[in-house]
Amino acid sequence: MSNRVHKRTEIRGGRVIDPANGIDRITSLFFENGLIVALDNAPAGFEAEEVIDATGQVVCPGLVDLQARMREPGHEYIATIASETQAATKGGITCLLSPPDTDPIIDNVASAELIINRAKKADLARFLPTGALTKKLKGEYISEMASLREAGCVAMSNGDQPVMNTLTMKRALQYAATHDIPVIIRPVDPFLAAGGCAHEGEVADRLGLNGILDAAETIALARDLMLVEETGVQAHFAQLSCAQSVDMIADAQKRGLRVTADVTAHHLHLNEFDTADFNSNMHVLPPLRTQRDQEALVVGLKMGTISAVVSDHRPWEEDDKLVPFPEAEPGVSGVETLLPMVLRLVDNAMFTMNDAIACLTSKPAAIFNLPNGTLSIGKKADICIFNPDEYWDITPENLISLGKNSPFLGWNVKGCVTMTLKSGQKVYQTS
Amino acid sequence: MIRNVLQLNAEKQLKHFLSMEGLKRHHLIEILDTADFFMDYERNRVKKVPLLKDQTIVNLFFEPSTRTRMTFEQAAKSLGANVMNLNISTSSAKKGETLLDTLHNIEAMGADMFVVRHQESGAAHFIAQHTAPGIPVLNAGDGRHSHPTQGMLDMMTIRHFKKEFGPLKVAIVGDIMHSRVARSQIHALTTLEVTEVRVVGPQTLLPSEVEKLGVHVHHDLKSGLDDVDVVIMLRLQNERMDGALIPSEREYFKLYGLTEETLKYAKDDAIVMHPGPINRGVEMDSPVVDGDRSVILQQVTFGIAVRMAVMCLVMGVRPLEMNHE
Repeated sequence: MSNRVHKRTEIRGGRVIDPANGIDRITSLFFENGLIVALDNAPAGFEAEEVIDATGQVVCPGLVDLQARMREPGHEYIATIASETQAATKGGITCLLSPPDTDPIIDNVASAELIINRAKKADLARFLPTGALTKKLKGEYISEMASLREAGCVAMSNGDQPVMNTLTMKRALQYAATHDIPVIIRPVDPFLAAGGCAHEGEVADRLGLNGILDAAETIALARDLMLVEETGVQAHFAQLSCAQSVDMIADAQKRGLRVTADVTAHHLHLNEFDTADFNSNMHVLPPLRTQRDQEALVVGLKMGTISAVVSDHRPWEEDDKLVPFPEAEPGVSGVETLLPMVLRLVDNAMFTMNDAIACLTSKPAAIFNLPNGTLSIGKKADICIFNPDEYWDITPENLISLGKNSPFLGWNVKGCVTMTLKSGQKVYQTS
Repeated sequence: MIRNVLQLNAEKQLKHFLSMEGLKRHHLIEILDTADFFMDYERNRVKKVPLLKDQTIVNLFFEPSTRTRMTFEQAAKSLGANVMNLNISTSSAKKGETLLDTLHNIEAMGADMFVVRHQESGAAHFIAQHTAPGIPVLNAGDGRHSHPTQGMLDMMTIRHFKKEFGPLKVAIVGDIMHSRVARSQIHALTTLEVTEVRVVGPQTLLPSEVEKLGVHVHHDLKSGLDDVDVVIMLRLQNERMDGALIPSEREYFKLYGLTEETLKYAKDDAIVMHPGPINRGVEMDSPVVDGDRSVILQQVTFGIAVRMAVMCLVMGVRPLEMNHE
């Protein structure tokens, strides 16, 4: 491939959308040495060595996904950083955050460095680990957060493991606040959620599935919002699933707390009725809730209470889902469907193209103060080019992730990535 | 919903029997009429009606059961079929074999029908989705979800004693939340359009939105039993109670136990049913179990006829349409 990093390139004729800078027009974008150097007109003396024709396509910043699991280290038999970052680039994603619940757990500098080095070796999407909030994620002792941040962890999180002891949680948040380290919290009351596999409501009642109440999320969220207020920490609440959670976050934001939130693409498009035929790909945590909850999440995103959409990518082997619903491993393969699922919000006439792209670029980047998610002059040329009008079928064969566990199998969706660039290098291109 | 399509063939006739949901009144009536046909044979002391001669029916039980398995076995043998029993809880699940591997292995042995019991809700649907075409699956109980043959034998019992479903008021008392039997009964009763279905129990034993299944909720036994024609008591499933859902069996019996005294709130000719096994002195007082209103043993007898009926229907065998001399 003629893929020298320093190559002077022009992307011509595309609709450039850069929400961070309020740009949405058909124009040219220029980069050199892996950095964006100009928009509209070439800088003096710039002679493009390559011109990428983006006519009819959207040119936007590479997508930023705040939650994706690669299964490496520890579960390479399911998927690897190389396989999943490749799938991510096919989805237009150039920057990923990964939870600390790998094996080994990212609760020490050596583990953080290991994972960062492996991602560098794969050299596809940027891969940013989050560190464990507590040692071994056990919720007993707080981790070496300052050292973990120094090693490259952009935030601290306890992954799927709630910190049950409120005193430990308070101290962890206090310590993070001391060093101005943001924390990511997925609010779950472990007692209320124990053994559950579906939203506790009409459908679970019919199917005889163990339910998980809304309150399993809202009670934990209420506690943690109080602790955020108490400690002043910057907190990001991950994968909200209930209408009431959206109200609680909005209220906290109104009170001036440093609180943000995200939602998964599947919670925006699916609800409890999608579990009604025991389709194990619909077994996700938090569970798919009511239609009212689903609508409230979309509205919350539209209003800006929720600022990012994430894939919550969790690849599984086929066998992990080829079992009865309650026994199936929870989670979806999501990096390749993130963009079309968010673009679907545009077609439903609720979002502008700019709104949709902001939820996947500038807004998630801003939460953690990342330099990504924009096409500003001088920034790295991380770029996603996609055809907004092209349809494709979501099938196991069309997914390159090693996890084929998409809840959207069989859907025909619009929006197809044709090229992904990281620092000006083509890391994905349709053949 | 998709899962309802799963158990019907292109002619909308039963090809698996997984759940009551999605079945129409005429499906249920056909099962009941066919079961009545087998009861007539039974009364005439004809032990075998070899309609499924040389077919192999496999009882695939992932959850321990003696009684249900025996009635399925009895039904299969009465139809002249061969029966294989496989108790997986003590077999391959412990050896790490996946459910699908087990299934395909037994298919390879030449199974013509599966009878499945499994501890997880949705397991019978899962198996029906993965068996070879033309091999019916009968759900003999999956988790808390469904136990449709039990539901049908209960309907047969009710029809036998009450003749018409339309005017009936039915109370189901006890642990609705953990009961696949209750779910099947509720769907069957609403499909057969009885006047009223009530569930009676403390909130801790009721599904959160149970009224959406089309039932009335009562927390008080007396109001729940008031003027009903049928009382169905459920077993208090101790083995399923992983939390403190009731304070004690003593208090449960005091509030929800059926005694000759509390039975007076029901109609004078109300019948009392129980899917078994009974905890005497917990759900029901012994005099009621053994009393003249109790039809619990008749339920068991009807169970074999219902299972024979379902086995025939899913195999496309319709004895009512045949010429009998």
